[in-house]
Amino acid sequence: MDDVIKVKLIPIYILSRKYYVPEGSTIITAMEYAGFKLKKGVGCREGFCGACASIYRLPNDYKLHGGLGCQTVVQEDMQIVQIPYVPAPKAIYDLEELEPDPNIFLKYYPETYRCLSCNTCTKVCPQDLQVMDYVQAAIRGDIERVAELSFDCLSCGLCAARCPAEITQFNVALLGRRIYGKYLSKKGKFVEKRLKEIEEGKYEEGYKELMTLSKEDLKKRYFERDLNFEIT
Amino acid sequence: MKIPYYPGCTLKTKAKNFETSAIAVAKALDIEFVEIPRWNCCGAVPSLSDDDLIRHIAPVRNFIRVEEMNQDGIVSDEHRIVTLCSMCFNTLKMSNLRMKKNKEDLRKINDVMYLEKEHYKQDVEVVHFLEVLKDIPPSKIKEQIKNPMPELKVSPYYGCTLLRPKEVGIDDPEDPLIFEDLLSTLGLNVVNNPLKTRCCGSYQVVSDKNIVSSLVYDILTNAKKNEAELIVTSCPLCFFNLDRRQKDIIKFHHNFEPIPILYFTQLMAILFGLNEDAFKFEENYVDYKDLFERKELASK
Repeated sequence: MDDVIKVKLIPIYILSRKYYVPEGSTIITAMEYAGFKLKKGVGCREGFCGACASIYRLPNDYKLHGGLGCQTVVQEDMQIVQIPYVPAPKAIYDLEELEPDPNIFLKYYPETYRCLSCNTCTKVCPQDLQVMDYVQAAIRGDIERVAELSFDCLSCGLCAARCPAEITQFNVALLGRRIYGKYLSKKGKFVEKRLKEIEEGKYEEGYKELMTLSKEDLKKRYFERDLNFEIT
Repeated sequence: MKIPYYPGCTLKTKAKNFETSAIAVAKALDIEFVEIPRWNCCGAVPSLSDDDLIRHIAPVRNFIRVEEMNQDGIVSDEHRIVTLCSMCFNTLKMSNLRMKKNKEDLRKINDVMYLEKEHYKQDVEVVHFLEVLKDIPPSKIKEQIKNPMPELKVSPYYGCTLLRPKEVGIDDPEDPLIFEDLLSTLGLNVVNNPLKTRCCGSYQVVSDKNIVSSLVYDILTNAKKNEAELIVTSCPLCFFNLDRRQKDIIKFHHNFEPIPILYFTQLMAILFGLNEDAFKFEENYVDYKDLFERKELASK
């Protein structure tokens, strides 16, 4: 029986109940192994979508940790619960009509100014972002810094769930990145240039040719394509 | 001299004119304000509840940043934080005093801030820019004056947070003179205002502008009775109330003549003949131009 792979099972607690799951599983795979059928609280399974926010505690540690279910490996006697959704106020605005004004966060998310600088948001962030620092940047109207510090935010919502000042950090950050992207970021000339080329029909012939190619030829073209095109 | 500088949120938004002019004036006097990396809220407004320890996390975190600046060599053995906003000054200094006095409070706060590399070691001192200027030899300040205005009648307005409570105040809470001394060094005609420490109405402006307008009217008219032509202040909230409420005062007192309000650093920038970018006057509501044009003509 050489082809049998032996896997060590370790005890974990999901919603307070004990299960034995394969060592090395992520929270998501461990839950599925334990028989949970996940309809919410799971998405891309690659650490990008932010749907599988989870909180957990480890034995002999008072700290409450946050992690993405698909990226966090279970440990012995870990206590786990998923937080698939965090109710959050979401301001309605028309990006076309906004102005990159330093007081923009005051207008749409006034509760941001309740921040106590306690850093609880930073402690729980599964992306290891300096969440409190970007909230503070929002308070002082530094839109660029909000965008920069929150760039890797997945809107998992754990910051907002933990905040004692009841701020919705991830929506504040989203507003910041939107304004930064539309009004403040440096625009590359290549986009304008490429748009003009498309409008002038430069690629029409090429597209027509591609449509006639076989799957094999398309693959060949794809892998042989030039990656060093100019984007200045 | 490099000194850690704590701006606070208002100086980055509504009071840019204060920050820009202060940095320029400091530079002229060989003082470099080094903005504290990753500074956060000062902790304003001081909480009046019994159990307010959580509100001291914000100030203490700023003190840790100053200690980090010393460790990282951004400043060398400089443990003072210089502030401009009177409210930030007050909140930071009150908190610092409490942390130095109450070790148990500090222990709890350090414990919550476990992500910080170091605990707060209580070696930071909170100062206001007026105190830094007081320590500079008057001759050095006088050397910088390119546009002397000995005729200009200026009255200082302290407000409350620079002076009260007594433990944090930069001068006598009843009869302060630190502002007057600076204005005399600057060669100006200093005018007394008996209401120089009276409350401007502070945050009441949010709920009832009329309360503030009425307080501001008293403060301004008392200065004007002593022939003041200009009022200088150091608090962004006092500035806002003294400056913007004049448009309401005119509605109730038809013969009221507006009087310009400047941050003391804006006035210093004018006297020092600094580049106009340093004044940021477009953010002042009451027109000041007439006054300075009159003075300039008079001196010719």
